[in-house]
Amino acid sequence: MANLKTSEKKSKAQSMGMHTEILTGRTQQKFFNPDEAENFYYFGTYDVDFNKRTDLDVKDMTAPEANKEIDNLMSQGYGTIVIKNPQGKHSLGVGILNKLNLIFEGSLGYFGMGSCDGPTVRINGRVGWSCAENLMAGKVVIEKNAGSCFGAAIRGGDLICKGSVGARTGIDMKGGTIIVGGDAGAFTGFMMQRGRIIILGDVGINLGDSMYDGTIFIGGSIGSYGSDAVDAELTKSDQDWLTRKLKVAEIGENFDVSKMKKIVAGKKLWNYDNLEPTEKKGAI
Amino acid sequence: MCGIAGLIHRGKSSNVGSELQGMLQALKHRGEDSTGYALYGDTDGKNFVMRFKVGENVGEGSSSIMEDVSVYDERKKIVDQYLSEMGAKIVKEERTLPYSLRYEIDYDTKDLLEFSQKIESIPGVEILSMGKSLEVIKDLGNAKMVCDRYSLDKVVGTHAIGHARMATESGVDIKSAHPFWGYPFSDVSVVHNGQLTNYWNNRRVLENKGMRFMSECDSELIAVYIAQKMREGASLEEGMKDSLTGLDGVFTYFVATKDSLGMAKDTMAAKPLVLYESDDLVAMGSEEIAIRSVLPQEIDTYDPFDGEVKVWQI
Repeated sequence: MANLKTSEKKSKAQSMGMHTEILTGRTQQKFFNPDEAENFYYFGTYDVDFNKRTDLDVKDMTAPEANKEIDNLMSQGYGTIVIKNPQGKHSLGVGILNKLNLIFEGSLGYFGMGSCDGPTVRINGRVGWSCAENLMAGKVVIEKNAGSCFGAAIRGGDLICKGSVGARTGIDMKGGTIIVGGDAGAFTGFMMQRGRIIILGDVGINLGDSMYDGTIFIGGSIGSYGSDAVDAELTKSDQDWLTRKLKVAEIGENFDVSKMKKIVAGKKLWNYDNLEPTEKKGAI
Repeated sequence: MCGIAGLIHRGKSSNVGSELQGMLQALKHRGEDSTGYALYGDTDGKNFVMRFKVGENVGEGSSSIMEDVSVYDERKKIVDQYLSEMGAKIVKEERTLPYSLRYEIDYDTKDLLEFSQKIESIPGVEILSMGKSLEVIKDLGNAKMVCDRYSLDKVVGTHAIGHARMATESGVDIKSAHPFWGYPFSDVSVVHNGQLTNYWNNRRVLENKGMRFMSECDSELIAVYIAQKMREGASLEEGMKDSLTGLDGVFTYFVATKDSLGMAKDTMAAKPLVLYESDDLVAMGSEEIAIRSVLPQEIDTYDPFDGEVKVWQI
């Protein structure tokens, strides 16, 4: 343990092992040098061949057993894996950190595809709560409906649900794109900080409640706006992006994006200014 | 965290005891302090079935105080005496466990309030359910343990709801276990997943209106609340819709009556529910794996939205 009394140049926090750098801008630009990429090793990743394909029946497996077997197949170079009989099991497909074509022939339970970074996933069924939580990169497509907390805290990637989703979609998201073909429940975009949410159908109450930043596009009706969520002008640039994104997502290709509503943060709720709390209440 | 499950067959009967056991066992990771079944069996509808307890399960994990088993017999004797005094004839008697009994009773009444108050005036006696179709069976342990203990796997009926409990708001005992009977209404039962934050406020109001609470489990409030609304003339669906504003907290709950099954979800949609609906079967549970235990093939399911109430008839 560091001796706090004798560390003259370091602050107390640094002595305790805490980082105190002031990060500005995009941290990955600051720290990642592409010329040194070959020196980086991403633990737990594999070089896979997309043309090498196999099936995995998980009917009689527990989730840890199934995930371990997926990892084993990737280590053998399989780049396309079809999962049979997931039958609503929880936590399937979590922690995949490399490129992979993963296809689920059925539905997943809670926490499916959590903490992934890179795979392309198609789920020919439904997913339960917290699908693709903390997704860093990649693409996850759900053919049917999804439960609540869809795409919670994602940092990147595309998360697409062709059916309807539950409450708190995109809660705490910090990047990436969530696209929903049907309706969404209450508190969509709750406390989102960055990224984009596209809902082609209706949304429930408290849309974008307490959002810090990011953008929400709604095609249908809105139950109610949450605190500090405000309308913004839908620009030509927005419409072009929406059209392109929906086409790539293979969802709502003929949808009239010009009629969509754009919702952003009013930025009066959090510490965007120097107002005292009582003044903030007045501003809202 | 608790798990709830329910199913209703429309236009036919099925082995609901076994089906519900499978659904609840799939949810056992959500809690196995106690498990309860509300089964709506096929009966001729002539006699009441009264499930009641004269003591608690004091086995491992129980928060109940050990009693001398001889008091169970004393209490049973008084129950028999009171039934006789009220003109209720015991047609069939089963004693599954020392503390748990099932009576078939020939009794002609439409108001069970007086009847129930009389029976439950005996210390240590609680009616778990009263109805011409409903039977509530609940005890400590997971779904399979309770099913095996009470031989529920062969019960045939039209619909059922059940609960796998992780005790958070009250003790590990049968009186706090779900389902709760919608006292004093025949054939009404409730299971709940969540927490109610205005329990005491509502309880005081309802007790002043003559309603009874047997436990300090917040979920019991839902059964009493709905029952009171129905007493005041509301339909089941109206009572459930009223509860969305009358009850504060987070909840998903099911209510079943002799011929219907309903679900309600709070306005924040904070508690999970997955629903499968077809022309001949509705199955729902806290997680999809519960539904998968009765429908292993690929099916279309969905999460009901916030503030949603649905009721299905058999």
